[in-house]
Amino acid sequence: MTKRSSALRRYSPGLAAMLLVCAPLLTAASEPSPAPAISPPAAAAPPDDGQWTMPAKNYASTRYSELAEINEGNVKNLQVAFTFSTGVNKGQEAAPLVVGSTMYIVSPFPNIVYALDLSKSGAPIKWKYEPNPEPAAQGVACCDVVNRGAAFANGRIFFNTLDGHTIALDANTGQPVWNAHVGNINIGETITMAPLVVKGKVLVGNSGGEMGVRGWVKALDAGDGHVAWTAYNTGPDKDVLIGPDFKPHYDMDKGKDLGVTTWPPEAWKIGGGNVWGWISYDPDLNLIFHGTGNPGPWNPDLRPGDNKWTSGIFARDPDTGAAKWFYQWTPHDLHDYDGINEQILLDMNWQGKPRKVLVRPERNGYLYVLDRTTGEVLSAKPYGPVNSSKGVDLKTGRLMENPDKVTGTGKVVRDICPTASGLKDWQPSAFSPKTGLVYIPHNNLCMDEEGVEVNYIAGTPYVGMNVRMIPGPGGNRGAFTAWDIAAEKPAWSLKENFPVWSGAVVTAGDVVFYGTMDGWFKAVSAKTGDLLWQFKTSSGIIGQPITYRGPDGHQYVAVLSGVGGWAGAIVSGDLDPRDATAALGFVNAMKDLKNATTAGGTLYVFRLP
Amino acid sequence: MRCAVAVLFPVVLMLVACQREERDTRPQSALGSGEQPTPVTTLVPGGQRPSPTDNKAASFEANAFHLSEGKRLFGWFNCSGCHANGGGGMGPALMDEKWIYGSSMESIHATIRDGRPNGMPSFRDKIPDDQIWELAAFVRSLSGKAPSSAAPSRNDDMMAHPSENRMPNAATLGKSP
Repeated sequence: MTKRSSALRRYSPGLAAMLLVCAPLLTAASEPSPAPAISPPAAAAPPDDGQWTMPAKNYASTRYSELAEINEGNVKNLQVAFTFSTGVNKGQEAAPLVVGSTMYIVSPFPNIVYALDLSKSGAPIKWKYEPNPEPAAQGVACCDVVNRGAAFANGRIFFNTLDGHTIALDANTGQPVWNAHVGNINIGETITMAPLVVKGKVLVGNSGGEMGVRGWVKALDAGDGHVAWTAYNTGPDKDVLIGPDFKPHYDMDKGKDLGVTTWPPEAWKIGGGNVWGWISYDPDLNLIFHGTGNPGPWNPDLRPGDNKWTSGIFARDPDTGAAKWFYQWTPHDLHDYDGINEQILLDMNWQGKPRKVLVRPERNGYLYVLDRTTGEVLSAKPYGPVNSSKGVDLKTGRLMENPDKVTGTGKVVRDICPTASGLKDWQPSAFSPKTGLVYIPHNNLCMDEEGVEVNYIAGTPYVGMNVRMIPGPGGNRGAFTAWDIAAEKPAWSLKENFPVWSGAVVTAGDVVFYGTMDGWFKAVSAKTGDLLWQFKTSSGIIGQPITYRGPDGHQYVAVLSGVGGWAGAIVSGDLDPRDATAALGFVNAMKDLKNATTAGGTLYVFRLP
Repeated sequence: MRCAVAVLFPVVLMLVACQREERDTRPQSALGSGEQPTPVTTLVPGGQRPSPTDNKAASFEANAFHLSEGKRLFGWFNCSGCHANGGGGMGPALMDEKWIYGSSMESIHATIRDGRPNGMPSFRDKIPDDQIWELAAFVRSLSGKAPSSAAPSRNDDMMAHPSENRMPNAATLGKSP
C-alpha cells in the first residue's frame, strides 16, 4: 500500500509542484542562515535528523521539527497513513518515539511497549513487551493511570511503569536489559513521567503529591540500572543534595535545611514535591532543570511555612545531582499548583543583553522567563485569567498572593482562577525559532475550594480539600495560546470548548498540531492561528503529537488518541457527574464530556497523499 | 386519676415515638464478625445457592446512627480521597448503579475489609469491624439504597450533591417505576 501510493506520488504533477514549493523551505532549514533572534542552544537542540527519540524532541524541549514537507499550504491534504490500537482504553498521554525505521509507543497501565516496523506496509508489530505491573498500583494513581512516554538512547528504550519500575529494553528485540524497582505503591508512590537520558544516566521521578509521598528524582545508570544518586525535594540539605555549589538567586531560598525548617515538625516527610513532569538539560552549562510538585496535603493550614522545596524548580548537576540553584514559583502553595511543567531552553537578547533563558508556562498562571544560569526571574506575565495572585515581585522573586483567595479548614473560597489543575497542567508546549512564539495548550477554569480535615494514612490520599471546578471567564474551558516571548504578550489565542490537555508540536512548515478532548486533531498556522486542517479521531486527544521522516523519506505526523488523564477521568474512570467534587473537583467542569467522547486508545499517523 | 392518665398518656406516647431504633454505640469486639466468605459473583456452578448473609448486615443497614457514623468515617479513613463524595476519582463512583464486586452489605464489607485486586486497599486490622459495617451502610446510601428515614440528611461541607436521604435510587434513576 505504501509502495503503491509512493509510486503514484512519483508521477503526480501535483507533487512536483508541491516539492517546488517546499524546496526553498527545505534548503532554508539546512543552510546556515543568520541566527534567529531567539533560538535554543545548539548543544541542546542539534540539527534535525527526522527522528523523535525523546518526548520533548530534544534536551531544550522545543518540540520543534525542521521538517517542512507538510506546510501551511498543503496540510489540508493530510490523510491517515495507518492506525494502531494500544489495546488499553485509558488516558493516552504518551509521545510516540521514532528511531530509524521503528516507532515505539507505551500504553497507559499496564504499560505495554510496542515497536512498530515503519518500513513495512501498515507498520506491523515488530515486538511487544508486557511488564505486568501490579494491578493494585491503579489504586494509588491520582489522576488516571497514564504514562507520558519512553526515551531512547544507545540502542535501548527506557520507560517507567505505574507500579514504580524503570525498565530498559533492547530497542531491536524488546528483551529487557534491566529492571529497577524504585517506587513503592504501599506508600502511594507511582511513576507516570517519561524518563530523560543524560550522559549515561536515566533520570526518573515519582508521582504521589496527593498521597503524602515525599518527592525525589533519581539518576539510574543506563548500563545496569543501579541508582547513581537520589535527590529528595523536602528534608535536610544532605537529602536534597544541597551543598557548597548551591547558589539560589533570591534570599527566600537561602538558608540551612530549609526543607525541614519551612515545615511543621516532621511534615516534610509526607510533604510532596514530586517530580512527575518534565526535565530539560543544557550540555553547555552541564545542568538539568526539573520542577517539583505541590506540597501535601492541599489544605494549607496543616503545613504553615514556605514548604521548601515544593512547587519550584531545581537546576542540578546531572553527574552528582548536586543542586546549583532553586526558585520557588509558589511558596506555601494554597491551590495545588504543582511546579512540574516543561522548561524550554532558549538563548535570546533580553533588554539588550544576550541571556541564556528558560521559558516556563507555569501552573500558577504566569509565563516565566528565567535566567537559567542563576534562576533570576526576568519576566512573569499571566497568559490567561489569574486572580489567586497579583503578580510576581521581580525584586524578591516572590509570588504576591491574593489574600481574598486564601484557603483553609472549614472555609469555602469561591471563584479561584486558575484551578488546582492550573492555567496549564503537564501538557507540554512547543517553540518555533522561526516565529519566536511559544505554543501553549492550556485550561481556562476557576474553582471553589473548601479545606477539610484529613488524616495521613500511608498509601491513601492526603488532600484535605473539597474542590469544584467551573469554566473560566468566557465559558471556554480551554485555549491554545501563541505567546510572544520578546513582547511578553500573546500573539494570538484560540478558544476551545474543553481544556486543551494534549501537547503541541510545531514545524518548519509553520504548522502547529494539537488535539482536543472531543477528539479533533488540528493543524493551525504557526503565524496566525488560522485553522488549516482537522481530523476527528475515535476518542478525545490528550497525547503528545510528534512528526518524523519515515523510511520513504516523507514527513509523517503521529498522535495517540484516547481520552483520560485528570481532565478526562470522568470518561476513562466512568465517574459520576452528580458529585461536584469527583476527581478532585474536575468532574464538575467536565459534566458533558461523556456526551462528547468515549474512552479509547488508538495511534493515528498522517501523511500527505 | 383520669387527669393523671391524660397527662401520662401523651408523655408515654412521646417517649415511645422517640424510640426509632436501637443504637449499639459501643461495639463489643473490635474484630467482630469473623471471616464470612462472600462471593462476588451470582454465577454458581451446579445451581444457585442462597448467598450467605451476615446478621450484622441487617442491624447496621437501616440504622441512622450507624449511617451517620459511616459518613463521618468515610472522610476520616480517606475513603473520600479516592471516591470523592460518591462520584469517584482515583477509585470508582459509588453513587451510580454499577457495582464491580456486588452491592450487598456483605459484599461491600468484604471489599473494605479484604480489598480488591485493581486498587482497593485492604483495611483489615486498620478499621474495627463494626466501623467497616457502618461504612458499608453509608456506601449503600450514596446510591439511594438506604431508607430515607435513616440516611444522613445534611452535608456540613460544601454541597457536592443532595444529602443522602434525598439521593434517588441509582438503579431506577431516570426510569418510570
